[in-house]
Amino acid sequence: MAATGRIEIDFERCKACELCVPACPKSCIEIGVKINLQGYAAAVFARPEDCTGCAICAEACPDVCIEVWR
Amino acid sequence: MSLATAAAHRVLMKGNEAICVGAIAAGCRYYYGYPITPQNDIPEYMSAHLPPIGGTFLQAESEVATINFILGTSASGKRVMTSSSGPGISLMQEGLSYMAGSELPAVIVNISRSGPGLGGIAPSQGDYFQAVKCGGHGGYRMPVLAPHSVQEMYSLTMLAFDLADKYRNPAMILGDAIVGQMKEPFEATPYVPAVSPEKPWALTGCEGRPRQHVKSLYLKDNAIEVHNWKLHRKYLRMQEEEVRFEDYRLDGAKIAIVAFGTAARVSKTAIQWARKEGIAAGMLRPVTLFPFPAAQVDAVARLADVVLVIEMNTGQMLEDVKISTTFHDKIRFLGKPCAMPTPEEIHREIRKLAGRAA
Amino acid sequence: MTTEGKDRFKKRVFSRPKSLVDVKTHFCPGCHHGIAHRIVAETIDHFGLREKTIGVACVGCSVFLYDYIDVDVAEAPHGRAPAVATGVKRAQPDKFVFTYQGDGDLAAIGTSEVIHAANRGENITVIFVNNTTYGMTGGQMAPTTMLGQKTSTSPYGRDFRKDGYPIKMAELLAPLEGTAYSARVATSTPAQIRKAREAVKKAFDMQLKEMGFSIVEFLSTCPTNWGMKPVEAQKRVLGEMSEYFPLGVYKERKQADFV
Repeated sequence: MAATGRIEIDFERCKACELCVPACPKSCIEIGVKINLQGYAAAVFARPEDCTGCAICAEACPDVCIEVWR
Repeated sequence: MSLATAAAHRVLMKGNEAICVGAIAAGCRYYYGYPITPQNDIPEYMSAHLPPIGGTFLQAESEVATINFILGTSASGKRVMTSSSGPGISLMQEGLSYMAGSELPAVIVNISRSGPGLGGIAPSQGDYFQAVKCGGHGGYRMPVLAPHSVQEMYSLTMLAFDLADKYRNPAMILGDAIVGQMKEPFEATPYVPAVSPEKPWALTGCEGRPRQHVKSLYLKDNAIEVHNWKLHRKYLRMQEEEVRFEDYRLDGAKIAIVAFGTAARVSKTAIQWARKEGIAAGMLRPVTLFPFPAAQVDAVARLADVVLVIEMNTGQMLEDVKISTTFHDKIRFLGKPCAMPTPEEIHREIRKLAGRAA
Repeated sequence: MTTEGKDRFKKRVFSRPKSLVDVKTHFCPGCHHGIAHRIVAETIDHFGLREKTIGVACVGCSVFLYDYIDVDVAEAPHGRAPAVATGVKRAQPDKFVFTYQGDGDLAAIGTSEVIHAANRGENITVIFVNNTTYGMTGGQMAPTTMLGQKTSTSPYGRDFRKDGYPIKMAELLAPLEGTAYSARVATSTPAQIRKAREAVKKAFDMQLKEMGFSIVEFLSTCPTNWGMKPVEAQKRVLGEMSEYFPLGVYKERKQADFV
């Protein structure tokens, strides 16, 4: 399915709380393997092709790590 | 008693009311308080006199709420006052500590009653430690002014507002039930501002400037240590510049009384009687309890034979007198906790110290 | 960080609100304070209030409000924010004044101050973050701690015979005449987050229209002190917490009763 939106996750700001992962209705986000400077395995935009730009992930993120474009 | 009348004449008023007239003259338009004997005249007067001049009076649900209303209005850059008695001032200690740490000005009036605890409504000077050593936590000071007449209840209140603003600190008027309740004529002299009214630090909304905050929390690195030294330097400046006292017939005095407030007022009568009988008695009356007139106490102790400390408590300012001088063997104490000493009692003590027959 | 589709999708539909300072927060991973702070900042921006707002911060994890929201902020002693806010609002009635408090702050030590501010109908807005624990100090029992909940000072679980029932503040304040708006929201699902934002907008509007006291209680998580992962913690909000502390609007004044 072609993407109708995209997000950017601020890698260094993420605390890996994982709230964005189940929030995304298309399961586009996963916890990554790379560790950021805070010591967290930050979330990554794993399946950009399914993104609709709904911004639910951004709403769920307590640290305002995610920006969304359509 | 309308303010227009007060400004034009010598006024006959209770000490408590004179505080209100002084506050309003100094530009105070905000008063918050809670009822407690023996100072209810103050909230009652302010509740009647502030609204007609566009001022704000609010009776709080407790003294805890009161001091926090004060904090908010002071942080807004306005002159603000509250009054209470010992038990209520105890409740305000948390807020006073926060205000000292946050560098917020306000005038706090304590019309002392008896303690500790519920105590009683008889006058006392038992709140000296609470006022001067500062009963809240963390280590801070406040200018403390001790009126002994209704005139001073008026004029020292105006001074308190200036000191509070000059140093960005709470300032206290330490009265007692006698000077609060007694009626005397006084001159409502015009207020002459001694400090600039500008308060660029006030929280007025960040239009046209970066956001500001008023806080006392300093967590990073050694910021709290630095802040404590900054506050300390402020208190040292107070000690250098703001000592006030009265020299009452100290010329050639061999018996030098040291007393404040009502104890000093009564002592004046006893000293007059003593002088008539040829006893060289006089008094050093601290007007500022903080900063304490330590140098003056030492000078008096040097020259006198006896330094008689008289307080309406069991010995509080006595400790500051001892700290101020090394002539400890000259110091005597006459205490009258929770009651007003009579001129006869003080006169009798002076005569005894002067070696006169009982 | 991916940059795929940068050329195709040009319209930014979500970004940091202007009034939310661009710094990393000290909040634990998954703490809902982050969401509540963002909603407050969004609402300040929505009404264009930033330059005439004075916030009152309290004691708890929310003490650093002044680092995160780009407005003038006064620090109040623990629980006293509604009284400090009263002092600010009475001195500057034209400014927008809000407090931001936790459950220990508002429902324990500060209960008197919030009840009386509400009773006086003070035109202030209280944001109350309820996570059933004292977060900052390490997870002690709070007035909103639930029955059976183990905390560091209720190691055997809260027992109503000893400590009473958890206290429901949104309901308690609603009947007071001075309360214009009292609502309880949560931020554990996207729909709840949207509803929470609407409630905060409503609360702010009450102050702007001088209708009286407004409060929004946020049911929030404290993953660290609950000993749960953030996603698990949200399930607790959606489950037992929402059952005991129902979401909804408990008071909404339709028109001013005075002036």
